[in-house]
Amino acid sequence: MEAFSKLTSRTVVLRERNIDTDQIIPARFLTTTERKGLGRYAFNDWRRHADGSLKPGFPFNQAQNEAAQILVAGRNFGCGSSREHAPWALMDLGLRAVISAEIADIFRSNALKNGLLPIVLDESVVDALIAQPGIEIHIDVARRELSLPDGSRHVFPLDAFARTCLLEGLDQLGYLLRHAPAITRYEELHHAC
Amino acid sequence: MNSASNTPKTLFDKLWDAHTVVAETDDAPALLYIDLHLIHEVTSPQAFSELEQRGLRVRRPHRTCATLDHSTPTIPRTHGEAPRFNDAQALAQVETLRRNCRQHGIELFDFDDPNRGIVHVVAPELGLTQPGMTIVCGDSHTATHGAFGALAFGIGSSEVAHVLATQCLLQRKPKTLAITVNGCLRDGVTAKDLILHIIGVIGVNGGTGHVIEYRGETIRALSMEERMTVCNMSIEAGARAGLIAADQVTFDYLAGTPRAARGEAFAAAVAHWREWRSDEGARFDREVEIDAGAVQPTISWGTHPGQVAAVDARLPAMPHADESKALAYMGFAAGAPLLGHPVDVVFIGSCTNARLSDLREVARMLQHRRIHPRVRMLVVPGSENVRREAEAEGIDVIVRAAGAEWREPGCSMCIAMNGDLVAPGQLAVSTSNRNFEGRQGPGARTVLASPATAAACAIAGVIADPRMLIRTEAA
Ligand code: SF4
Repeated sequence: MEAFSKLTSRTVVLRERNIDTDQIIPARFLTTTERKGLGRYAFNDWRRHADGSLKPGFPFNQAQNEAAQILVAGRNFGCGSSREHAPWALMDLGLRAVISAEIADIFRSNALKNGLLPIVLDESVVDALIAQPGIEIHIDVARRELSLPDGSRHVFPLDAFARTCLLEGLDQLGYLLRHAPAITRYEELHHAC
Repeated sequence: MNSASNTPKTLFDKLWDAHTVVAETDDAPALLYIDLHLIHEVTSPQAFSELEQRGLRVRRPHRTCATLDHSTPTIPRTHGEAPRFNDAQALAQVETLRRNCRQHGIELFDFDDPNRGIVHVVAPELGLTQPGMTIVCGDSHTATHGAFGALAFGIGSSEVAHVLATQCLLQRKPKTLAITVNGCLRDGVTAKDLILHIIGVIGVNGGTGHVIEYRGETIRALSMEERMTVCNMSIEAGARAGLIAADQVTFDYLAGTPRAARGEAFAAAVAHWREWRSDEGARFDREVEIDAGAVQPTISWGTHPGQVAAVDARLPAMPHADESKALAYMGFAAGAPLLGHPVDVVFIGSCTNARLSDLREVARMLQHRRIHPRVRMLVVPGSENVRREAEAEGIDVIVRAAGAEWREPGCSMCIAMNGDLVAPGQLAVSTSNRNFEGRQGPGARTVLASPATAAACAIAGVIADPRMLIRTEAA
């Protein structure tokens, strides 16, 4: 995972609440054995007509949003399935952070494993961000802080381990493997295997 | 023993403590040991690739078990005939799982294995799922196994790799939510109606950050299959896991399963399993009470599983923005009754409602009746075992005689990856668990319902109240 300490980007906004993983990437695109290249299927059914042509009104189809790395979305983003294809698809689309008033548990955990930063803020702050799509935001992971163009700053919750993983690009599997002696002790104590 | 052991503990706390390899601190999450790891073709390939890239082996292959379900065809085939995949990539994914299982010595329920089926149907019916275990799978409906007093939750593919390589997961301890259900379920009201009702009460995000324990006299009175239906949909309320304490119902169910211990060993196991319940006086972070007597046959009307109503209710008359969007997607008018709305497809299947008792219920409704000519109805058993038992009872004959399709086991229209899908704009009444936009195919509209309600809709050709048919039967 790439280290992630600071990010400045314009926002792209999807105001809907309860955006589920079937919208983020529909199940029919899950037959891949790869992690890469899923961005073209992100939000497929919102983004494209049945014949595959793009819907011009959808934010991810608009030129001014092409370089946006921060998604602002309605409450309960990422609910639904455990498919890690959802954060893979969003990252392949170029996103590095998702801001919402609430983010579903498994999506959040999957996102962090891939260096996609889930940011939960008060609904009033998120509503204000939803009302002004395209503003430039600065994110500082070390300070767990978001700064807006009006000079206001907002601290977001981020667990110490998640923060270290992001800042150092820590490999979680490597971290787990370093605990092999403790795992062996546990197995001997409980399962005799 | 320290004094902390005298404090009453919740079932969740007991499961968590018993599986903690390294305790959590402010700086790091806990290492939690995983007893049983279930895998399937769709979310495992990237995990095995990761092991390969790092030159790692599977730490405890006998703790992992694989099945084929998500993208497998359900088209009936004659003995020895190969399954007809609609998509070469899906077949390649299946072949990848076969190769990975072979290389790492993992048991796989392949095509033509008598135990193949939907992962959350297979593990319980074989007795692989047992009280006191931690169980994970790269699938969010892993919560199903919580019905046995096991801590079971869905994980992503990176975590699948973690479990394969280390048999452990990094986890922050979630909060606990007790949902206590008392009173009697009325005639015609099932476990599916109860869980849809509960999600309606607490909301699609009502369980976020929590593990739910379902308790109370109504839950105790449910069969294991009904308990699985309830726990299965915990994720639809945002909770990662749902739990029900192990009791005699659990032990009796497991006594008949092929992978549980036998004889004295089974009796010894039961003695341990009895501990997997919350202590008297244990404290939960949150508590909710539900009156079972207030639950009606319940269906979803919108595009997330919290948008539910009694089948004979009216749609919201003054919908807010999200509800208006959902109504527009579903083709429903604000304030209109749900009953009588034309139905195109009925799907009986999924890890929520495709076990033998579900199919029996459907057969009871369909017997001596025909489904409405407009309706296409698919009945997809949850596993090969369920299919065999159902066929031994003649359920397949009743289903076909009624004009419905009797298919091979798999996830089928629940996730619409295998070619079984609902056409754009069509309305499907489904016994599955998700009604998100496009879940059953692009543009498809889904109404979630119990097997009884779904069967009643198939017969009537419109959204119908199962109690009407049940009453006609009684008359
Ligand atoms: S039946 Fe549906 S919910 Fe269950 S495992 Fe299959 S796809 Fe997932």
